[in-house]
Amino acid sequence: MIVEKPFSELGLNAAALPGAMPAFCASIPAGELRGICEQARARKARIVALWGSDETQRSAGFALHLALAFPAGLLWLSVALPREDPRYPGIADIYPGANRMQRATADLLGIRPDDGADTRKWLRHGAWPEDAFPLRKNVGAAVRFAQQPDGYPFVPVEGEGVHEIPVGPVHAGTIEPGHFRFSIVGEKILRLEERLGYKHKGIEKRFEAMTLEEGAKLAGRVSGDSTVAYAWAYAMAVEGATGTSPPSRALALRGIFLELERIANHLGDLGYLGNDVALSFGFFQFWRLKEDLLRLNSRLFGHRYLMDAIVPGGVAKDLQRPDAEFLAGQLDGIEREVTTLKAIYDEHAGAQDRFIMTGQVLPELAERMGLTGIAGRASGMAHDLRTDQPIPPWQQLDPRMASHTRGDVAARVSVRFDEVFESMRLVRALAQELPSGVIRTAVAAAKAGARGLGWVEGWRGEVLVALETTAADRIHRLHPHDPSWQNWLLLEHAVHGNIVPDFPLINKSFNLSYSGADL
Amino acid sequence: MYQLLKQIVKTGIVTERAPLPDTALREVEQRLGEVILKHFGRALAIRHVDAGSCNGCELEIHAMNGPYYNLERLGIKFVASPRHADLLLVTGPVSRHMETALKRTWEATPDPKLVVAIGDCGCTGGVFGESYASCGRVSNVIPVDVSVPGCPPAPVDIMQGILTAIAPDKRR
Repeated sequence: MIVEKPFSELGLNAAALPGAMPAFCASIPAGELRGICEQARARKARIVALWGSDETQRSAGFALHLALAFPAGLLWLSVALPREDPRYPGIADIYPGANRMQRATADLLGIRPDDGADTRKWLRHGAWPEDAFPLRKNVGAAVRFAQQPDGYPFVPVEGEGVHEIPVGPVHAGTIEPGHFRFSIVGEKILRLEERLGYKHKGIEKRFEAMTLEEGAKLAGRVSGDSTVAYAWAYAMAVEGATGTSPPSRALALRGIFLELERIANHLGDLGYLGNDVALSFGFFQFWRLKEDLLRLNSRLFGHRYLMDAIVPGGVAKDLQRPDAEFLAGQLDGIEREVTTLKAIYDEHAGAQDRFIMTGQVLPELAERMGLTGIAGRASGMAHDLRTDQPIPPWQQLDPRMASHTRGDVAARVSVRFDEVFESMRLVRALAQELPSGVIRTAVAAAKAGARGLGWVEGWRGEVLVALETTAADRIHRLHPHDPSWQNWLLLEHAVHGNIVPDFPLINKSFNLSYSGADL
Repeated sequence: MYQLLKQIVKTGIVTERAPLPDTALREVEQRLGEVILKHFGRALAIRHVDAGSCNGCELEIHAMNGPYYNLERLGIKFVASPRHADLLLVTGPVSRHMETALKRTWEATPDPKLVVAIGDCGCTGGVFGESYASCGRVSNVIPVDVSVPGCPPAPVDIMQGILTAIAPDKRR
């Protein structure tokens, strides 16, 4: 249902954006940005993403883009900025989650907030100099900059007995690279400051050298553990921009893939959360079940993680009737075992003692800072795109949102268990009633300057893909956005007052993507 | 406690047979003599370095430590420091922001050391290629002994790559 002028109360003339999800676009002058953000904040709209674009080849300057989530849908605001010294009024005081996104936009495009906010670099380390902006159109794909010295002003904490522990970028376990700077007293963590961007590999620039068809593979590798969510968001964006409607059988199969991805990741996390409290039994049991599921994926769909199973226009893998029944039967078996393991976790005093009240993010803080996704739902943020915007295939299924309010490791464990069971129900329901027909339709040709938006509730949280095309089916600008951007900020808060040895447990309970936010 | 023990007994041992080495995965000839290889074959310490992957390969490295593959039964284990490692397992195209960290990790690893590059990105740069922010394949930054392609390579393929790195080179 599209409401007439849904954002008129913000003084906006927003145009509906064609596509699967309810989304609206509006251009505003820079001077109105803060006022609109303040009103949006008062109406409890969430920040989903902030990014920039270079419009100099279209005889304009630059543009700042902001995606806000309202009950009516997503609002994509664009602010035109001049070619020389592109500046805008920063919004990180209104939406704290915008801080690192603003800094990344400054690093990549030279578009800066003009307030006195945090202006430290974020994605830039040593790969390019301060006065070069690799995402600008005048920087060719073949350009390489000399390696620069890389200093970073961490916020110092002083006082009697305070000392620092630097960790990373190369970690002690099989973890993605990032740097954590702990300021501690005794065993207690006073402050954690993250420094990420080590995995920045130029994904957004890469997209701009690709056709819409080629981009699908790259989109599925922004964050490998969320390959289905990204591939779907990308396909949704391309379909919106080109006016393509994927067949209903493809939508049901996408739903199956997304929920299988959610189950697999949750099983893996539940195993590691056991492992991190010295319950290695949990690790081996859950990783056995996860492996069973991955092998099932491989057998039915040809890939353990379902990479490249979703393509613009539909899906690349079908599910026949006998296989659908086999899938449902296998999930029944896994579900029985997860039920047994949940009872063991619930009654294991040692595990619960470590889980409960560890790494707590209370709902008030979660709301203020914009915690999202599964961690948000464990802290009272009752948002899940599958229930908030029940487009097909969720429409008929009435997905049940898992939630909790205590916001500790135990709450994040509990939400994961609930979501595993619900996702199994969804997969079985979708597999049982697969609509007949084709699984893929041809993607229509894109007009230059067409916009498309993909917005999908991945296992970690909402994944956004914002696309603008250029002529000949190529990508003018594509911003893939991981929920980890927002949630990394809250991890810094979740560890306050906890002991250093609980950090791996707290970190695992969020399980954020480095690759997805480093781009 | 009863339920926990019951579950362990009910599950039994699910570990499967390990793969055999495959000389075709070698980038260079085996440099190590049989005496050293004999020791590595019983106690190999691995340091994993994610140099910029999408994190897909990490999922499979984790799986390799799970019960079906159970890498540790072969005397192969992951260690927390490159100073304790015999072999570096490197994933990803090497981002330019990880270039220095990877080189330093390699330098910190005592000789004789082995390097196994994991995944299409580690082998060729993959879908990310080379750019202002990516150095591409692992061998553009440090010398590589064995490459394991795949996106991501299955746990059994990664195991095979590791076992190949510590096996005598049949071509010699």
